[in-house]
Amino acid sequence: MEFIIEMCGITKEFPGVVANDDVTLQLGKGEIHALLGENGAGKSTLMSVLFGLYRPEKGVIKIKGEPVKIQGPNDATRFGIGMVHQHFKLIHNFTALENIVLGVETTEKGMLRLDGARERIRELSDRYHLHVALDARISDVTVGMQQRVEILKMLYRENEILIFDEPTAVLTPQETEGLMETMRELAAEGKSILFITHKLNEIKAVADRCTVLRKGRCVAVVDVKDASKEDLSEMMVGRRVGLSIRKTEAKPGKVILEAEHVTVKSRTSGVALVNDVSFRVREGEIVCVAGIDGNGQSELVYALTGMSPIDAGSIRFEGRDITADSVRRRGIGGMAHIPEDRQKYGLVLDYDLACNLALQTYFTPRFCRAGFLKYKEIYRYAETLIDRFDIRGGRGAGTPVRGMSGGNQQKAIVAREIDRDPKLLIAVQPTRGLDVGAIEYIHRQIVAERERGKGVLLISLELSEVMDVSDRILALCAGRIVADVRPDEVNYRELGLYMSGSKTDIGEGDAFRGEA
Amino acid sequence: MRSVEKLRRFVSGDHASDALSSLMAIAVGLFVGFLILLFSNPAQAPAGFGAVLTGGFSDMKNLGQTLYFAVPIILTGLSVAFSMKTGLFNIGASGQFVVGAYAAILVGVKCTFLPGHTHWIVALLAALAAGALWGAVPGLLKAYRNVNEVITCIMMNYVGMHLVNYLIVRTVFDPLKNQTMRVAASANLPKMGFDAIFRVGNNVSGANSGVLVALLMAVVLWVILQKTKLGYELKACGLNEKAARYAGIDAHSGIVISMMISGAMAGLGGALLYLSGSGNGISVADVLAKEGFNGIPVALLGLNHPIGVVAAGLFVSCLTVGGFNMQLYEFAPEVIEIMIAVIIYFSAFALLLQGFLRSRGHRFRAKAASGAFLDAEEAKRE
Repeated sequence: MEFIIEMCGITKEFPGVVANDDVTLQLGKGEIHALLGENGAGKSTLMSVLFGLYRPEKGVIKIKGEPVKIQGPNDATRFGIGMVHQHFKLIHNFTALENIVLGVETTEKGMLRLDGARERIRELSDRYHLHVALDARISDVTVGMQQRVEILKMLYRENEILIFDEPTAVLTPQETEGLMETMRELAAEGKSILFITHKLNEIKAVADRCTVLRKGRCVAVVDVKDASKEDLSEMMVGRRVGLSIRKTEAKPGKVILEAEHVTVKSRTSGVALVNDVSFRVREGEIVCVAGIDGNGQSELVYALTGMSPIDAGSIRFEGRDITADSVRRRGIGGMAHIPEDRQKYGLVLDYDLACNLALQTYFTPRFCRAGFLKYKEIYRYAETLIDRFDIRGGRGAGTPVRGMSGGNQQKAIVAREIDRDPKLLIAVQPTRGLDVGAIEYIHRQIVAERERGKGVLLISLELSEVMDVSDRILALCAGRIVADVRPDEVNYRELGLYMSGSKTDIGEGDAFRGEA
Repeated sequence: MRSVEKLRRFVSGDHASDALSSLMAIAVGLFVGFLILLFSNPAQAPAGFGAVLTGGFSDMKNLGQTLYFAVPIILTGLSVAFSMKTGLFNIGASGQFVVGAYAAILVGVKCTFLPGHTHWIVALLAALAAGALWGAVPGLLKAYRNVNEVITCIMMNYVGMHLVNYLIVRTVFDPLKNQTMRVAASANLPKMGFDAIFRVGNNVSGANSGVLVALLMAVVLWVILQKTKLGYELKACGLNEKAARYAGIDAHSGIVISMMISGAMAGLGGALLYLSGSGNGISVADVLAKEGFNGIPVALLGLNHPIGVVAAGLFVSCLTVGGFNMQLYEFAPEVIEIMIAVIIYFSAFALLLQGFLRSRGHRFRAKAASGAFLDAEEAKRE
């Protein structure tokens, strides 16, 4: 095989750690090559080396067989390497066209001339079936279209080597399928694709070969067709991981949370972001709110947890109306909450681990007397949680949370919320950005909560998570609940259609199907 | 053994590097200050520079003066530092300072019915309350109307100055000196032997028990921040308001309380300056109290740590006293003022720049590597 990029024997050390240890990655011309590894396996470091952001201690990079020195991102661009980042790098108040030509604008006497560019982009988008509304502002188009803009950006620059960093995290199943199709077409046209992911389904669906990284080392390079999903995950994690979640039949008990006709309107435009939503969560069941990002999930959670007031409807907790209660009162009453963005909402990053673990309980008599905190007790408590939940930080309870890995940060939040012994756990995207091992761990904890008879409301964007973990699924689209189904009643496709609003199956006020 | 281990941890830890960064910033400031002296009078520059460095503690009287001038700026420094710790920027210390000073003088002049040893205490309490009130206004507006506290604080500085000028003329005006009347002797802070220690012959310094009050306040603020539930909540609001609200902390009242404590410190600073028995009063002029603004570099140099603020306040005050000595070397008072200002502000500026660069570095690296650090951490734990 002819290799277009070869990264040979790359070693990159940070003080005390070897982030990449003699890693070799060879990307063949016209192939789709997956780079698989857990968070912290060294994928990001390897890409930073390729883009010249880090100078490796050892190793060479060859492009088309020629050894090259890459000093910075501009060099990488010159060698025809383009990347679609996980978080798009687009300017929101520019149009798609302006974003695509940004940096390589065609000008005439200092004036912008985009007609030629428009023509070329149209050709490209026809050839690769990348439909984009060129004159729409980025802020007005869907995430899927934004991603197509990013891809066109690379194609417009005639990049030969395309790197996709976790590209499907934000897409619906239908959009994901479209992207896979595009990747296949691009490869067929001779482009070489490096596909960074930890989703095994996608690797199986689209990749030719796969390089697996673990703890900074390259553990395997395999032909994807010869390896099963289980093999891949074992290579990635280093042990067998249960990919499916084992759980018993749900035995729902009495109602814990009851939302009735909850409506939340936008403060600026007055549009209903959560529109007349009613549902119930019972003891011993996991109810999952599925939906595409931005369809009212965040607002619904703010309303349930008391972070923001609601405009209409009521919320009852164990039969008591808590619509007007504060966050603190709801917390004391037995509502625990794993927030969607652990760094923004879940943790005070500059506090140490112990102070973060006490964030929901510091005011209780156990930790506080006469206005003074019992720090000794707080640290002792932290040590027990660290043991029980296997939270790893360099300096135990005194570790600054900012320096901990995402998985351990999330473990800390899960430990804090579960150990409060809540009656209801609201978990919002609890596995976002985590690796397989950590995801398995979080899922086990959530299911264990259910087994203990707690109610769980899970808000998730990951369809596989929705299907595997939940006992009941509420599909949310444009602020409305458009379906209330059991996971065995639907397949991925149908759920995707519900989420994108193409299908509804319940009328107004008919949200209690599951218990009829 | 344990103390050795502690020391080793301290030296290699954050505190030591923070203290080092402050010292380096001061060195930069001193260097630029020296350049200014060279520029204005090359022949006398080394001698003059020596005077400014050592003048603050050349004899007991000067040492006393250093303490005396340090007290108000330590208090305003504490005021600014406390607000910074809780995520706010109180630039209104000047207004709170003058309002507090007025309240103290008002009590000092009018409330002569109070028994001797409670008079000055009541005056200080009045200053605390007035400063807290002046701090509460921007706090309330910030908490409930989301008005930027910097803007309201600046406006409150002017409101405070003009209001105090107006009230002085109506209540405690001494038209001969165009300033406030003398307070009753019982309202002045006890000397507590400071006048006996810090003097050279009959030349007595202004040092008084205000120094002890300033130290006490530094300790109180440190305890609030490090040991209490309130401090834990306020810091959480300052470091990450969203997370604090998720944890059920009432961020709104946190902002108000924080601004009130901050304002109370500045107000107390005003009282300690004018109840020192030096005979100074608030002069009726359209000038903002400079002590309020000097609190900002003091807080910066002290890294917003109460104990650091005490050290920084003493340093700045030492320069001020040393500056008086420089007049012996034929430097114009203006040059001296400029040099001191340059030293203070360059020190603060160097520190600010350093912090800025460091955070930029963090952010850049974090962005560039998008998680390479996590890679490293994760790899480390295995």
